[in-house]
Amino acid sequence: MKIIQYSDIVSAVKKMCIDAAHILPDDVLTHIKAARDAETFPRAQSILDRIIENAGIAAGKHIPICQDTGVAVFFVKIGDRVKVEGGLIGDAINEGTRLGCTDGYLRESIVCDPIFDRKNTGGNTPAVIHVDLTGGDNLEITLLPKGGGCENMGGLAMLKPSDGLPGVMKFVKDTVINSGGNPCPPVMVGVGVGGTADAAGVIAKKALLRPAGVHHADEKYARLEADLLTEINASGAGPQGLGGMSTALWVSVEYLPCHIASLPVAVSINCHAARRAAIIL
Amino acid sequence: MSDIIITTPVDKTTLRSLRAGDDVLLTGTIYTARDAAHERFTALINNNKKLPISLENQILFYCGPTPPPPNRCIGSAGPTTSSRMDKYTPNILQKTGLAAMIGKGNRSDDVIESIKQNGAVYFAAIGGAGALLSQCIKSAKTVCYEDLGAEAVYQFDVENFPLIVAIDTLGDNLYNKKRKLTDDVR
Repeated sequence: MKIIQYSDIVSAVKKMCIDAAHILPDDVLTHIKAARDAETFPRAQSILDRIIENAGIAAGKHIPICQDTGVAVFFVKIGDRVKVEGGLIGDAINEGTRLGCTDGYLRESIVCDPIFDRKNTGGNTPAVIHVDLTGGDNLEITLLPKGGGCENMGGLAMLKPSDGLPGVMKFVKDTVINSGGNPCPPVMVGVGVGGTADAAGVIAKKALLRPAGVHHADEKYARLEADLLTEINASGAGPQGLGGMSTALWVSVEYLPCHIASLPVAVSINCHAARRAAIIL
Repeated sequence: MSDIIITTPVDKTTLRSLRAGDDVLLTGTIYTARDAAHERFTALINNNKKLPISLENQILFYCGPTPPPPNRCIGSAGPTTSSRMDKYTPNILQKTGLAAMIGKGNRSDDVIESIKQNGAVYFAAIGGAGALLSQCIKSAKTVCYEDLGAEAVYQFDVENFPLIVAIDTLGDNLYNKKRKLTDDVR
């Protein structure tokens, strides 16, 4: 049994929240720079230049990349030989999220009730926490701070099996292209195919954890990712939806087995400020 | 393309001279307002009550900044999605004399029609570039609705704040022109 202290989880999560808000992952920045080099439209070039400059200011002067520091979405893998001492894992993650927000001067963006009481909870909690139970003695915590503007542009379609590959591609392309400038393109696109409505949504988010430039291990899905990226960028929506070659930086697809009657497709769009952080305790 | 310099308060003649696609550097005072502040403004307008700030010839910035750390006037401060304000905008443009709005993303047909009728302008700021944009904010203070936290109304004094004219006083819309423009490049 590995004993992990509650307080160690709190401080690790706090640090992840603050780091993720300020430091754009290398793979994302590299892809934005490549998009800038390939861009032929002057307005798109100037927008991408400013986005690259923004990442430098954020890291150099310690100012959040975007004012929407997001809802904190966590993916937690808990090994069967891990024991947490001093409290519950979920409480520790929420406590770390709250401290990251308040001590890191991040934005409080969560309201307590979506319909009847849209009052800010303070401290940007509760976080959204997805748990995988696994073997081993590691506690692996991954954070995806998700902005509201891009989250609002995601979608779910319960297609018919006969819709097949063309139906899946159409839904993904329409969802991304029709969102225009709202999700802050050039975006990262996460697609979840199969499972159930809920499971498709979760794997679409998990797809966003895969670094830009890394294709699915299955060749058929890798090809699908490449085709979707090409077709999305052929739309000309461009950076900020104001025209250009680079509407998406990358497309990642994950799949699950599904019911004989079903073909669920979930799309989760991440803005160009595609922040994430991970730690293994 | 060279940048057009604009200072606040903006007059109608200046606004009429702008065309969709122009790059603008804005200097002067702007006010932030998001969904919750728009809801409160609208309730006051509909009850014929005075707003806590005059919007006449002013510019609203759809923004909820991160809080300022010590020794800074503001945190990260970029635009939020404008379409969430579409429901409130025609009424506000008509009743308050608001000159312009700053946000990101396309607007509804009703908003575009109201922009034409009122000689207003909609500017796009770069979404997700809040660190860069914060460098143009020289001072910031909350002017009302402090209880809303990040959704409070802030007054920002900005210098050379970079904007793109997205919808001009004629209703010409850069978001709808994009495909043609891109085809030209291809």
